[in-house]
Amino acid sequence: MNSSSLDDIPKTSGFLSSVRIWLERLGPLLALVLVTAGFAIADQVWGQGRFIEIRNLRVVLVFTAPVAVAALGMTLIIMTGGIDLSAGTASMLCATVLACTLNSDFPVSLAVLAAVGTGAFCGSLNGLFIGVLGIPPFIVTLGSMTIYLGIAKHLANSSTVFVDRQRIPEWMSTFTSTSPPHWIGWFPSIPNGVWFALLISVLVAIVLSLTVFGRHVLAVGSNEATARLCGVNVFRTKLVVYALAGMLFGIAGLYSFSLLRMANPGEGIGKELKFIAAVVIGGGSLSGGRGSVLGTLAGATIMGVISSGCDQLGVANATQDIMIGVIIIAAVSIDRFRSRKQD
Amino acid sequence: MVSNQERSPLLVMDRIAKRFGATLALREVTMEAFGGETVALIGENGAGKSTLMKVLAGAHAPDSGSLQLHGRPFQPSRPVDARRAGVAMIYQELNLARDLTIEDNILLGCERSRWGILRRREQREKIRGALALLGYSDLNPQRRVGSLSIGVQQVVEIARALVSDARLMIFDEPTSSLSRHDVRRLFSIIHQLQTQGIAIIYISHFLEEIREIASRYVVLRDGQTAGTGSLAGATDAQIVSLMIGRSVDNLFPSVHHTIGETVLKVSQLDGEKMPKKLSVELRRGEILGLFGLIGAGRTETLRCLFGLDRVVQGSVALNNRLVGPSPKESIRAGLGLVSEDRKGEGLAQKLSIADNLTLPSIKRYSLGGLLRLRNRRIEVDKWMTRLSIKARDCEQAIGQLSGGNQQKVAIARVLHQDAEVLLLDEPTRGIDVGTKAEIYRWMGELARDGKSIIFVSSYLPELLAVCDTIGVMSRGKLREVRRASDWTESDVLSVAIVSEDNGD
Repeated sequence: MNSSSLDDIPKTSGFLSSVRIWLERLGPLLALVLVTAGFAIADQVWGQGRFIEIRNLRVVLVFTAPVAVAALGMTLIIMTGGIDLSAGTASMLCATVLACTLNSDFPVSLAVLAAVGTGAFCGSLNGLFIGVLGIPPFIVTLGSMTIYLGIAKHLANSSTVFVDRQRIPEWMSTFTSTSPPHWIGWFPSIPNGVWFALLISVLVAIVLSLTVFGRHVLAVGSNEATARLCGVNVFRTKLVVYALAGMLFGIAGLYSFSLLRMANPGEGIGKELKFIAAVVIGGGSLSGGRGSVLGTLAGATIMGVISSGCDQLGVANATQDIMIGVIIIAAVSIDRFRSRKQD
Repeated sequence: MVSNQERSPLLVMDRIAKRFGATLALREVTMEAFGGETVALIGENGAGKSTLMKVLAGAHAPDSGSLQLHGRPFQPSRPVDARRAGVAMIYQELNLARDLTIEDNILLGCERSRWGILRRREQREKIRGALALLGYSDLNPQRRVGSLSIGVQQVVEIARALVSDARLMIFDEPTSSLSRHDVRRLFSIIHQLQTQGIAIIYISHFLEEIREIASRYVVLRDGQTAGTGSLAGATDAQIVSLMIGRSVDNLFPSVHHTIGETVLKVSQLDGEKMPKKLSVELRRGEILGLFGLIGAGRTETLRCLFGLDRVVQGSVALNNRLVGPSPKESIRAGLGLVSEDRKGEGLAQKLSIADNLTLPSIKRYSLGGLLRLRNRRIEVDKWMTRLSIKARDCEQAIGQLSGGNQQKVAIARVLHQDAEVLLLDEPTRGIDVGTKAEIYRWMGELARDGKSIIFVSSYLPELLAVCDTIGVMSRGKLREVRRASDWTESDVLSVAIVSEDNGD
């Protein structure tokens, strides 16, 4: 009865493996630092040295915030092994709802509620179709992507909805302000939108790592059969995930309205790919069970840094697209390589 | 028919051995197959039948021993080598692309083309010929395979083997999913193949079937040829004793326990396909073994009982209270299931030990919506010590543990959720002997502490040694339940081998 054979004992020692785990967690953050440093140096050498200025970094953050918020929603979905292609058009539908309700003299709070509620509704609808009919998320959201686009176009009479300046409250227009910062002591002012995105990130991180719901999300994503065996209500878990993500897409729509003070439904097309890219660069796995808030934030910021850095260096828009594509494939390849070595 | 002595065998497998890590799957297997003859390959689950066939089909390379085909050395290193050499497998789960037509399926992998354009006409004749030989000349080769019944799909698979000029066909449990009518048809097809001079290896548990279709038998046991001979000269009892033929050492520590009142009552349980009208009672402190051959419906019974599979009819009551048909309700009522499929279902391989162990009862650690992870770690550590689970710490991913340690986590989970009735599906499969003995001991201790256990296993000696009562299933029905001491191995097997529905 000598069961304690040597190969039962794990091979790596505690300290080394915990270092490796931390490196893995911080990998995307490391990539962000590298990309930022690369652009800073390049800009000092060939550009005008404006990239690293506080003012520019602030702009990067402002433009990254909405992508990050939506990408957090996408992270939840991808962690359950799903995908949401309707995220882009749904978020612009929410922006359109916001613009229309403001134009119809509804109180601001009600307009915001309507916008976020629309997002939650869009998400729940996706979740219902996926759960009840058992259609793969890719197909369901491929369909709902154009449905949401169509509804938004109806609301906007197939054009752009402009809103008068006086109808937009002060807080909403400064929410994503890109004007030069004023200084509070040593600290530059940062618009509320960025703080709000950080707050949401902390909340999502807490939900994922410290709540029953978070464990259920992780379990459903890593092995749906196991989750079912353990009495997890897989359908409800997915439904809540899609609804929550929808709310976050709605909030992203609010950001984009605040930036432009108008809503253009067509602008949502293709945005979902940006959200997915942020998750993937951040180490999320499309087969589910993996993804992190920190990674997604880093992923979204990397994309923001690349586009701003290229602008500063005068690199053509087309080249930016190529760079982001290369980064996505590189991120996944590195990840594959790493996990293969572990097996 | 010409007798075997006068002809040289089509296939010779000589002293084949194959090792997987620490387990010796095949130690010394020798068998022959002759053209125009059906030889039955018999053995308990895990005796090495499928490994042997995978060696023959080129899926595994043998560590030692040699193969000869048509008198020439045969060393398939890939499945396609075996196919080209004329060896065809007809698997239990059919290997057909459901969305392709019959013709496309038959030609898959051996399409003839000129400049990239398919040349179907030459091969179409051959397909028609093959289908006609099998008695299906009116079957339209343009039909989609998915629209055919399982029985006819099997015919397509056999036709595929014929078209690729197979001289040796291996049937692996071919009747397990067939209706009685389809079985008759299959047998006449096999006779037809024999007259074409094709050699057939027929793997099955059902002795009646084997006697009908085969002339010779080869019994495998523990990866060795235990016996071989002509079926006409052997009784069922002789063959069964060749299949079992092992002494049971003191592998089974027994713990004294007493049996109390009825705890679980299952009445007339009907699943989608299986079980069929299954009723059984389980008493406090009782270990009930469920035996049956593969496909007898034991796993389906546990899954239905637990609410994982759809219950068509019937009820499950625990302590006189009906249990709702969902895993969640079952867990709440006090049922715990350890799945037979550890990798695919039982455990989430990427998640940590702690996450896997506490998943069904995670709410216990939630205070005001937030998880108290420290409390959870302390509790998980306790279980890891109690079941001596060897791992770095409780945050290690399940996939990095050995099979035995993984199984301990799966068992710890149902203990942690405080289940009153444990449903254990093949809990000792694929784990080392030491851990097996530990599991037997826990089962005894749990029964002593008033828990009740249903223990599904394909390994008869462990059931006979550990259980208080044993029920035998075949084809979805619970045939007979007796006290374990009232069963003998051959009794159990002869009930399990019953393939007909005797009037009921």
